[in-house]
Amino acid sequence: MTTTSGPLLITGATLADGTRTDLYLAEGRLADPASAPAGVERLDAEGLLALPGLVDPHTHLRQPGREDAETVASGTAAAARGGFTCVHAMANTTPVTDTAEAAEYVAALGEREGHCEVRVVGAVTKGLDGEELAELGMMADSAAGVRLFSDDGRCVGDSLLMRRALTYVKAFDGVIAQHSQDVSLAGPGACCHESEWSGRLGLPGWPSQAESIIIARDVQLAELTGSRIHVCHVSTAEGVDVIRWAKARGIRVTAEVTPHHLLLDTPLVAGYDTTFKVNPPLRTSEHLEAVREALADGTIDMVGTDHAPHARQDKDHPFDVALPGMLGLEQALAVVMEVMVGTGRMDWPTLVERMSAAPARLGQVPGQGRPLAAGEPANLVLVDPAARATVDASASRSRSRNNPYDGRDLPDPVVATFWKGRRTYAR
Amino acid sequence: MRHLLSAADLDLATATAVLDLAEEMQQVQSRPVKKLPALRGRTIVNIFFEDSTRTRTSFEIAGKWLSADTINVSAKGSSVSKGESLRDTMMTLDAMGVDAFVIRHSSSGAAAQVAGWVKAQVVNAGDGQHEHPTQALLDAYAMRQHFRTLGAAPAPGATEFAGKRIAIVGDLLHSRVVRSNVLLQRTLGGEVVLVAPPTLLPTGVENWGCEVTGDLDAVLGTCDVVMMLRVQRERMAGGYFPTEREYSERFGLTEERLAALKPGAAICHPGPMNRGVEISSAAADAANSLVLDQVAAGVAVRMSVLYHLLGSDEGAVH
Repeated sequence: MTTTSGPLLITGATLADGTRTDLYLAEGRLADPASAPAGVERLDAEGLLALPGLVDPHTHLRQPGREDAETVASGTAAAARGGFTCVHAMANTTPVTDTAEAAEYVAALGEREGHCEVRVVGAVTKGLDGEELAELGMMADSAAGVRLFSDDGRCVGDSLLMRRALTYVKAFDGVIAQHSQDVSLAGPGACCHESEWSGRLGLPGWPSQAESIIIARDVQLAELTGSRIHVCHVSTAEGVDVIRWAKARGIRVTAEVTPHHLLLDTPLVAGYDTTFKVNPPLRTSEHLEAVREALADGTIDMVGTDHAPHARQDKDHPFDVALPGMLGLEQALAVVMEVMVGTGRMDWPTLVERMSAAPARLGQVPGQGRPLAAGEPANLVLVDPAARATVDASASRSRSRNNPYDGRDLPDPVVATFWKGRRTYAR
Repeated sequence: MRHLLSAADLDLATATAVLDLAEEMQQVQSRPVKKLPALRGRTIVNIFFEDSTRTRTSFEIAGKWLSADTINVSAKGSSVSKGESLRDTMMTLDAMGVDAFVIRHSSSGAAAQVAGWVKAQVVNAGDGQHEHPTQALLDAYAMRQHFRTLGAAPAPGATEFAGKRIAIVGDLLHSRVVRSNVLLQRTLGGEVVLVAPPTLLPTGVENWGCEVTGDLDAVLGTCDVVMMLRVQRERMAGGYFPTEREYSERFGLTEERLAALKPGAAICHPGPMNRGVEISSAAADAANSLVLDQVAAGVAVRMSVLYHLLGSDEGAVH
């Protein structure tokens, strides 16, 4: 919960680049620590890292429509717990965020109840049906100021409609974020990575190419239209290869990877535990290796959680029937630290770029993803790089419990989160 | 053995014990009074989320001949459409004090999920495209009886399946029968040859430890058993093969192919058969066809399985 909004002097913190500094939070911004009055509240950050608040380009908050699974309040509380100061609320709510009014409704909920900044993602097509464009321009012009558009959960399958969407959003510098998946390549029941595992378990599979084929099409459409394309949750080595090719060609493409695709692999579904059902599916180790390498070298620009809360009754079904999706906000930083920083693949400044600066640029969010310097908004997270804990799904701030890390020993880094100078989480 | 979810749950000793006891159970079937008191007072719910006349009837008869109270529940239609989760459906029945569930479901993994939720013991009577362990057991039973009629007892320490080649032909991709048979034969020692058009092979089948081929004629004369699997017409719409005619021509056990069988080779089919597609009537009704022996074995094997699961106080094998 937001516990303080008074001025605060954080002392002895270490920045991502290793610099030791004091940070003075006053009136929602960072100010010169020398200007802090004597007797101001102090927080000893000796041994802690101070990082810019994390920004999630891909969050499902479920409100309106499925408030039993998550609300703007509970989802952003989970975000604050994970060190995030901004999330992007995906459009697949009920009703779908496909009009200016719907976008403003979610934005207002965020203003009123959010424990972090809530940026609204608009649908590309009406009702996510993939047939007619949603009112993209009106959503852009609305008070929600939508810049990112996605039918996430579904792929915009029609090539011509995708071309039109990419072209149309150029008028207001919008970006289409695509859930890249050729549904026709896998059939309706696909629920597992197509692999030796799907064969043994008798689960219809998604081949990697269902992802990379759409990425290949879309980057070429981005080239054709001169527009920008963002690839959601890249999960395959083939997808990474296509993005690498497109970037080398100068195509304006960005991409994200989820924490779970960095850490969790296909064999986890062998027990048919629907917690591990997610779309795109958990892949095999060679794909995990490819997305890790791509996140390190920048082929994948950022981490997106795809935080997807589901009520228990939507998971207590047979594997092929249960809804896909898993929680991600609270453990995202922990997973990236474990997989990328702890292994020496990525340093802290790169982590800040991938989890704060790059997603803030994608969403065109002023005041997020900024360096921790005097005059900047006081959006930051204090991180204990050494702390570890066993994840307990029941302790989540999310309303849902579909946490794939339950019972797993992981870093437990977040000590406190500040959004606009207010403490939104404290351990 | 608490549950029977996968043929991989059976080690050689257990699988052999199940087959041996099934022989005794089959003796009972020839008696005028077929009932044994073994499971008196035990309650078995056969819950079938997917239609299956033969498997459900077979389990029902097996339970009744062991004097268990056997209740059939037809739960066709997904739980979702009824607004109830699989977990709630099963927990509700479990709360009534059921001793065992025999579950058939169109979704792979359903039996394993249920076993994780309920207090009762669980027998997998077919889960989606995953497994059907009692089918593999009854296939093994019928094959073993057949091998014995050919004489030649196995070498000491070996099973009757040692050195035997069992071809499984057809829609392997969507078949739970093939997965259970491959796992069980891995334990029993039979050599499985998988025959299918490449479109109907599961991903990773090359690592199942079986010979895999698309050329039925090349292996037909080398196999001791040829098991034909049902091929569903809807697979044509999925582009898995062009026409029934072409399928039958390339993968059907036609009258012509009958003549190419190794002498003494048996023909199996788990049913229901598509006569004229994967199996000709000449093959289905041939003297060396085990199709009806499989059905008869089904009751005996399921009696044995139920007895192994429920027949002792601690619910353990032996």
